[in-house]
Amino acid sequence: MKATGQTWPWRILLAVILIGMAAAIWGAAKTIDYEWRWYRVPQYFFYEAEDLKKAPFDSVVSAIEKKNTTTAVTLTSESGEKAVLEIDSDSLKVDAQDELFMGDTVGLTSHWKMGPLMTGMWTTIWISFISGVLGLIIGLATGLARISKNYTVSGLAIAYIEFIRGTPLLVQIFIAYFFVGTVFNLSRNVAGIGALALFAGAYVAEIVRAGIQSISRGQMEAARSLGMTVPQAMLDVILPQALKRILPPLSGQFISLIKDSSLVSVIAITDLTKSGREIITSTFATFEVWLVVAAMYLVITSVLSQLVFYMERRFAVSD
Amino acid sequence: MIRAENVKRIFTGRGVTVRAVDGVSTQVAKGEVVVVIGPSGSGKSTFLRCINGLEIFDSGHIYIDGVDLADKKTNLNKIRAEVGMVFQQFNLFPHKTVIENLTLAQIRVRKRSREVAEIKARQLLTKVGISEKEQEYPSRLSGGQQQRVAIARALAMDPKIMLFDEPTSALDPEMVGEVLDVMKQLAREGMTMVVVTHEMGFAREVADRVIFMDQGKVVEVGTPEHFFTSPQEERTKLFLKQVL
Ligand SMILES: Nc1ncnc2c1ncn2[C@@H]1O[C@H](COP(=O)(O)OP(=O)(O)OP(=O)(O)O)[C@@H](O)[C@H]1O
Ligand SMILES: [Mg+2]
Repeated sequence: MKATGQTWPWRILLAVILIGMAAAIWGAAKTIDYEWRWYRVPQYFFYEAEDLKKAPFDSVVSAIEKKNTTTAVTLTSESGEKAVLEIDSDSLKVDAQDELFMGDTVGLTSHWKMGPLMTGMWTTIWISFISGVLGLIIGLATGLARISKNYTVSGLAIAYIEFIRGTPLLVQIFIAYFFVGTVFNLSRNVAGIGALALFAGAYVAEIVRAGIQSISRGQMEAARSLGMTVPQAMLDVILPQALKRILPPLSGQFISLIKDSSLVSVIAITDLTKSGREIITSTFATFEVWLVVAAMYLVITSVLSQLVFYMERRFAVSD
Repeated sequence: MIRAENVKRIFTGRGVTVRAVDGVSTQVAKGEVVVVIGPSGSGKSTFLRCINGLEIFDSGHIYIDGVDLADKKTNLNKIRAEVGMVFQQFNLFPHKTVIENLTLAQIRVRKRSREVAEIKARQLLTKVGISEKEQEYPSRLSGGQQQRVAIARALAMDPKIMLFDEPTSALDPEMVGEVLDVMKQLAREGMTMVVVTHEMGFAREVADRVIFMDQGKVVEVGTPEHFFTSPQEERTKLFLKQVL
């Protein structure tokens, strides 16, 4: 604990190095001929969408009633049919008693919508989440199968784990989509999530196996000596202890999964990475967009890290 | 209550064969306290573990209340619930509080309600003298306290038989007494007990019978007086000379 008082020189050094690196990158960026257009990025997070409100039939503007920011326009047709349109006040295009044809614009309403960066991030989150949960279930089952005394069961588990760990995820995604997906007529989302879940499952299985085997044999024996069955002992005694121990490697695996999910963009799932690529084709703001995309992945993964950190602290009470 | 007939447990592996239990026959009557002694590796633990089916023996028979463990139709889980076991390393569940350690199997195996299980647990914790620690986690307890909780945990299942495998060997010397006291009290209350131990004082005081094992075989059986005054076998004499 002696060192605590002495950390400030190292903190300053760290800050100096980081600032130096930032300056170097900045300087390097200056030397190339690139026009930074950061102002183009925000609209891809959120943008104001405008909805044109049009006359549903030939009619006359029979009343205009202004409320604060919106205006209610009442249209009456010759046959006495009525329609009330709510529009933004400043977009009002008609006056009272104007004659309108069907399809004429009366005004518009506007509201904020998520841009492609946000929808992409959302896709990345839910794809990672679903494949993470499925991967956890698959991994738990496979991890248990892996340590089964039954040769067939453990053999199947080993074959699955070896296949997944010995081939690139990108290739697995292609196989899942183009081969398995064609045979079983799977949508790209199902194929993508399936590939990610199977991929995560194999790694989770090894983590689970190691976690279970790290619990001393005495725990299983004590539980069995009390008359508990193997499944009961697993569920109540071994797994809770193993889970606590595998939480750090497991969270590392899920963080990897979030990052690896960017590979599903190759089968045209519009995740964060694919959104980034699409935005670049229309803005040419290549540097900005990739930097922003990286930052967004960083936000997701660090939120997860924090969550795990919090859970670890909760679990630590029995130590 | 317990009848063992020519029980054998032979480990084979990596070219070596270990005859851990090599034809043990013995009987333990209801309420009897039997102490098993013998040098390290003589098969004491293995035999004890055979009695509650933790170790599946290769041949022979063990009858618990007339039920044959070697019979394929015997439900070993049911037997284990009736035969409590206390381990050298305590083996408490570290992720559960003391009281949860005592209630878990009651609820899961005996299908008691939580309330009933907790009442039972508190009675037993009082009995072993650690009622004030019921909400602690095992890691906060001393070795002696942990072993007493482990005894209480086994008792919570209302076992007919209690097996002890060197319950005091992992304890600091000053804590051995508190655990032995609990065991002595159990013996006085008429519990059927099989105790593997190196505590000769305990054997002398509470054992009805002592079994000396060596190399997987029962070498000599007798009362404590017999053992400590006039052992017959050479191997027994040699062993006793070393431990006394
Ligand atoms: N699972 C096993 N696999 C292989 N050999 C084993 C196994 N369990 C025990 N043995 C061997 O069987 C023999 C008897 O072991 P056991 O633990 O029953 O002896 P013990 O009398 O309890 O000794 P100790 O006083 O050291 O506890 C030893 O040689 C041991 O190495
Ligand atoms: Mg032993």
